[in-house]
Amino acid sequence: MEITINDLLPIFREILEDDHLEISHETTADDVRGWDSLNHIYLVVGIEKKFKKKFTSLQIQSWKCVGDIITDLNR
Amino acid sequence: MKIAVIGNYATQFLVKELNKRLKRTFPDLILYEAEYNTADFEFLNSDSNFFLFAPEFIIWHESTLGLRDLFYQTKVESRKNFADEYVSRIASYLQIIQSKLPSTKILFPNHSLLYCDNIFGSYYSKVETSWQFQIEKINYLLNNESLKNDSIYLLNSLPVNFDFPVTDYTQVVNAELHFTPQYLEWLSNSINKVILSSHGKFKKCIVLDLDNTLWGGVIGDDGLDGIQIGALGIGKAFSRFQKWLKELKNRGIILAVCSKNQDDIAKSPFLYHSEMVLRLEDIAVFVANWESKADNINLIQKILNIGFDSMVFIDDNPAEREIVKTHIPDIYVPDIPTDPSDYLNFLIAENLFETTSFSENDSERTKQYQEEAKRTELSRSITNMADYLDSLEMEARIGPFKEVDYERIAQLTQRSNQFNLRTIRYSVSDIENISKNKEYLTASVELKDKFGSYGLISIVIIRLKENQTAEIDTWIMSCRVLKRTVENFLMNYIVKMLEQIGIIKLSGEYIPTLKNKLVADLLDNLGMRSEGDNLFSINLEDYKLLNSHINYGNYNK
Repeated sequence: MEITINDLLPIFREILEDDHLEISHETTADDVRGWDSLNHIYLVVGIEKKFKKKFTSLQIQSWKCVGDIITDLNR
Repeated sequence: MKIAVIGNYATQFLVKELNKRLKRTFPDLILYEAEYNTADFEFLNSDSNFFLFAPEFIIWHESTLGLRDLFYQTKVESRKNFADEYVSRIASYLQIIQSKLPSTKILFPNHSLLYCDNIFGSYYSKVETSWQFQIEKINYLLNNESLKNDSIYLLNSLPVNFDFPVTDYTQVVNAELHFTPQYLEWLSNSINKVILSSHGKFKKCIVLDLDNTLWGGVIGDDGLDGIQIGALGIGKAFSRFQKWLKELKNRGIILAVCSKNQDDIAKSPFLYHSEMVLRLEDIAVFVANWESKADNINLIQKILNIGFDSMVFIDDNPAEREIVKTHIPDIYVPDIPTDPSDYLNFLIAENLFETTSFSENDSERTKQYQEEAKRTELSRSITNMADYLDSLEMEARIGPFKEVDYERIAQLTQRSNQFNLRTIRYSVSDIENISKNKEYLTASVELKDKFGSYGLISIVIIRLKENQTAEIDTWIMSCRVLKRTVENFLMNYIVKMLEQIGIIKLSGEYIPTLKNKLVADLLDNLGMRSEGDNLFSINLEDYKLLNSHINYGNYNK
């Protein structure tokens, strides 16, 4: 089943501690308060755990926006 | 509560997990995080922010993986000395920290994760210059350092049971993060336990159910020959569990029994079953009846006179566990697995009995509580308190701190919460310094009565000041000897000693905590005059000898 932005949203809201956070495919770390390098790791760990998937170092480094994460998740 | 974190990898995640875990127990927590890999700079620079911060604890976390990188950068001909040089570097920094911050404790996770590299495979032990040879040597040398050094506590870095990855190599590459958040959460929990324990909060007692907890089957139904212990059925699981409990008891953890049973039937395996490891003399308090377990645990708590938060209750029956949890929220009730074969490893992994001190006296504790139970019976038969105290034929040895007792004395300052006037915690080296300092008068009391010896049960530290005055720095007594007039006996002695060195006025202060209401009136009862704000004083010429039922003993322990 295709993973969508709505599947990611709860993880982002929990880790970034913002219940009203909205994200789109174009959202980048610079657009979101609290999405620093530290929370980035927690996001990776949280997403990997929820979807039982392991990203490679190259994938993580290539991400520019939320859309890239979703593309890799559905790969 | 100030804690500093320093390490040779990106420690932000450790700090985050520590913050989450420790804030619950210490709301006033302030964490200082040293810059990445700056141990050398922080320790060698005496004005560093690190020393200015003056933390109570330093968490010094050296990643074993980072150390392995360092090892690979070392020339092959120098690798033979890698462990020695690493540990002597740690030791020299410990000395610097100790000289600048004498009462700071350093918590140092050891290197038991190993990060074996298999360059030599299993042949590593024949090659002194191999990584695995050197890292195992480092652990050995660190243990030696810890034996000599009071301020460092090594933490076990390897969990007993775990189903999470310790290192995620993707994160190592991307963020210099050597440990997964799950592992750091586990480590923060371990650190939390050690810190709590050094603040006097640790487990002292295990309350045990019997049927299907200590043996398989039901003694009331199956009888002595039918219960599973030793060779019968799955008895081996229970035997191994009992052996572990016996080791804990020998260390000084109190064992108590709380069972829904008829008393004589419940006791019969302890007395007559040849394969029982635990015997009646191992159990400090034995309660078997048909009352509710919550009531019985209340009774055990009253006899032992310890806090519920220092007790663990082990029962195979989830319903009984729920009842106890609901009625006594402070007691810890682990949800042990259903298969008795798994009890032991589950409890080992919980690491319930963290401690920051150990002395030989600890192992005598069970006997002392059993003697206490006998005394309770005697006090029921004698109604007049003075007659009762006289009938105990108490004798005390009193005098300045002796070197052999430093460990026990430091332990009293760390463990005692109730009969503790000012709740100042001292390490062994603090006690040694105080004992040798002429500005202090110290006294310790050992007590015995006709039922047995209590060992060293009370200490006082008096600080001598200018103008022939003195003040009470510490007054601690073990609650096992409450209402025995030990404090009167001790005060008479102290006043005599102070007068001998020309002191004319003694002052004292009660520092209230959540647990020491017991001593709110101590100084008043000792004849000192209240000056308000929990301050008290007395001119020694006004002192009237207090009544005590204790004789000076000439016995030596």
